[in-house]
Amino acid sequence: MSKFVQVTTTVNGENVSRSVEPRTNLVDFVRYDLELTGSHVGCEHGVCGACTIRLNGEIVRGCLVLAAQADGGVVETIEGLSESGKISDLQDSFLTRNAGQCGSCTPGMLLTADSLLEENKAPTRTEIREYISGNYCRCTGFEAIVDAIEMTSKKRRGGS
Amino acid sequence: MVDSNGLSIHDRPNSYIGRSVPRPNLSRLLKGRGSYADDVKLPRMVHVAFLRSPLAHADIVKIETDKASSASGVIAVYNGKDLAKVCSPWVGVVTHLEGMRSPPQNLLAVDRVRWQGEPVVAVVAQTRALAEDAIELIEVKYKELPLAVDMKTALDDDTEVIHKEYENNLCWERNVNAGDVDAAFAEADVIVEEEFQFGRHTGVTLESRSIVADYDPGEEMLTLYQSTQAPHMKQALFAKHLELDEHKIRIICRDVGGAFGLKAHAYGDEFATAAISKILGRPVKFVADRMESFLADIHARDHVVKGKIGVSKAGKILAIEIDDLTGIGPYSVYPRSSGMEVNQICNLTGGPYKFDNYRARGRVVFQNKPPMCQYRAVGHPIAITVTEGLVEMAASAIDMESIEMRKLNMVADDDYPNKTVSGIPLENLSHQASTDKLMEMVNYKEIRDEQKKLRKEGIYRGVGFAALIEVTNPGPAFYGVGGAPISAQDGCSVKLDAKGNLIVGTSITEQGQGAESVISQVVATAVGITPDKIKVISGDTENTPYGGGTWASRGTGIGGEAAAKAGKVIRDNVLDVAGILLQSEPNTLDIQNNQVVNKSDGAERMSVAEISRVVYYRGDTLPKDFQAEMMAVQHYFPKSYPFAFTNSVHCCHLEVDVNTGFIKLLKHWAVEDCGTVINPQNVDDQVRGGVVQGIGGALYEECIYNEQGQLLNGNLADYLVPMAVELPDIVVGHVESKTFESDLGAKGAGEAGTAGAPAAIMNALNDALMPFDVRLTRQPFTPQKVLEALGKL
Repeated sequence: MSKFVQVTTTVNGENVSRSVEPRTNLVDFVRYDLELTGSHVGCEHGVCGACTIRLNGEIVRGCLVLAAQADGGVVETIEGLSESGKISDLQDSFLTRNAGQCGSCTPGMLLTADSLLEENKAPTRTEIREYISGNYCRCTGFEAIVDAIEMTSKKRRGGS
Repeated sequence: MVDSNGLSIHDRPNSYIGRSVPRPNLSRLLKGRGSYADDVKLPRMVHVAFLRSPLAHADIVKIETDKASSASGVIAVYNGKDLAKVCSPWVGVVTHLEGMRSPPQNLLAVDRVRWQGEPVVAVVAQTRALAEDAIELIEVKYKELPLAVDMKTALDDDTEVIHKEYENNLCWERNVNAGDVDAAFAEADVIVEEEFQFGRHTGVTLESRSIVADYDPGEEMLTLYQSTQAPHMKQALFAKHLELDEHKIRIICRDVGGAFGLKAHAYGDEFATAAISKILGRPVKFVADRMESFLADIHARDHVVKGKIGVSKAGKILAIEIDDLTGIGPYSVYPRSSGMEVNQICNLTGGPYKFDNYRARGRVVFQNKPPMCQYRAVGHPIAITVTEGLVEMAASAIDMESIEMRKLNMVADDDYPNKTVSGIPLENLSHQASTDKLMEMVNYKEIRDEQKKLRKEGIYRGVGFAALIEVTNPGPAFYGVGGAPISAQDGCSVKLDAKGNLIVGTSITEQGQGAESVISQVVATAVGITPDKIKVISGDTENTPYGGGTWASRGTGIGGEAAAKAGKVIRDNVLDVAGILLQSEPNTLDIQNNQVVNKSDGAERMSVAEISRVVYYRGDTLPKDFQAEMMAVQHYFPKSYPFAFTNSVHCCHLEVDVNTGFIKLLKHWAVEDCGTVINPQNVDDQVRGGVVQGIGGALYEECIYNEQGQLLNGNLADYLVPMAVELPDIVVGHVESKTFESDLGAKGAGEAGTAGAPAAIMNALNDALMPFDVRLTRQPFTPQKVLEALGKL
């Protein structure tokens, strides 16, 4: 058995092919092999959500998915979603509402928030709190994040 | 600092003080463009991982590392004795906590391990994963020793003494005695006593401790990319223990993923990383993983306090007595010491109230658990919970509304300057105004009416209060007088570039609080330049003035004042040039929105950018005897008071499910008086984030240990932190009582939330359970403890 596996995938729209150790998880792959350091590592056991990455359109925990599982797939990280402008309204709301402090949870939180707003155009504050309850933030106390997601939802629906 | 015409920074036109300007550095973080220590990748960089002790107390009989040394990708393996040759041990004692003792501590354990998680062997490899693989190949033979785990028995005669040079496990004891406590208790109509417990918890920054050490043997220069709160302190410590010249150590901490005190200390694994880089002459990275963070980060709290209060029938507090015991692990933490929390508790208990008789004993003991040290709101949650728990009980005993009893005993707003009962000076606080404001915000009567109604339906809701004082803006009295290389002053450099922009360097650091935003807003106001033309640099010992950093709620009050002073110098210097060019008296001119204007009518005279151009490119057009200075550095520390105390008052509303023991927080209110508010949104979010950390300690967080000193829940799945779904909305209000020490008048705002929330929660919980005649005083208040109190478990 080869010590390495070949992973060929599309990352933020670019074709990428790398030889990695089979045990390499997706977040280590994007951070250390591809130098996309916007995805963070917080617990490495699937609890904190800092490593949230989009794989084939769904958000996943980058620490619980192997890089090899992304072979042939489509990977999107905070860098790609920022450059494409897809989540610029969420980012604007987070900036205006000071919904990130140290920034560790922020990329994962934005991806989770974006996923929520795709699934539910008009979430209540309770629904927002439930949806982001797998993303740990030590700084904000979460209220600013809930406010920013709510603001974005209202804007997307044409409100002020 | 008041102008000749009597105006201060608060009279500046187009002030950015008091405005919720978005934080300039947040945009970058929102795009995944942060630069944390683990994001640093250098040529020839290698990785270090640590084998940590599985036992809490044992002799190291033998370390067998041959297999590890020859494993794939391994570059070097070091034990404690190897690294002790490169980095000297330290002693975590500050001399002003008189009588404190703690033995020298090595980077890695030498001969004996004293807590589960203490680093024993360092393995350096091409990747972190390979280093961890090699660790599996190391065999360490231990001989287990008797343990001193439980702080309550740590001082007993038959308990194992952890350090053989001492006769027992006492690290430090402090006693305070004010007035005549025994006489006051004898006089009291009602005496109430209770024991309060505070679980051991930890910081859980989402970004774990991280460092990249890059030693260049050519220059004998050590560059450290480190996640820290105090770069200059770290510079001094690395220099001392690695025997390097201080000016040849550069600490760079760009983005720091949360700190909360835990990144203000010296850690053996981080110093080992630097020592290894010095040995190997190449970059070495260490990033703590989550599991080792639970074992190797400082822990916090872990106190048991006996408290006693004596009051008159009318509700006057006559005396308070406390006896505090805390376990700090086997060593006092370097360089701030693990005595500060007890020191604070002795100083702060009873803080908001005027009374004359106070006795406190605080004992700090060694034990076989991870070291405990300063974490957000050091000592405050304990002192405040004890005080406010006792006040609540006393009010209940004399059948008085507790908020009325608080108001009766509070130091009056017009009675400052004043002193606490233990003699700590208080400059300018607002307990009365803050409490009045809180009561306007809280619909107290409705809550009480609803409580009565719902009790009949078997729904138990409670409301609880907590008033407090908080230490901020500490001067040299905090650490410097005790011999620790921790600066109490901060500096700010302001440089006008050739296009009229300002490059600002600050010695305070950014960990997400908005430090750079505060500095930008203050400089913008002081100079008259808009924030979009200001770039703030922090977290780099080579490019910022010397200073303390960001901890103890000091950044805004101390670093902000240095920024105000430096900004004023630059404004004056720019106006000197403008006066020459415009043939006007400089004192008739001002700067507004990047333009030099007439003070009298605001008419624009010329742009600051034009002045830059002339100064830098056409100095020949200025008089020969004039030299323009477009860079200024100013420093500041508070001189009249050792600290600037703030005050705050909290209210918590919650519901207890008496069948499951679950506590649901319904709402939390906090009124905070941090003096001048620079950025209201930032301050509110500091309070909210702080309240949530207080909620964590009060309801969820606890490092659970067994009798063998083994941590039973050292991962993020089993150690509960507050997440979005458990939390209520938190309403924040302000009263602004400026400190008169500085022009800016700002005090700290970072810790009052954490300080006050646990006490308010405890009082609300006990209020909810009043019909059952039970009282909970052991944090965290888990469902299990609630059910046990109710006799259902």
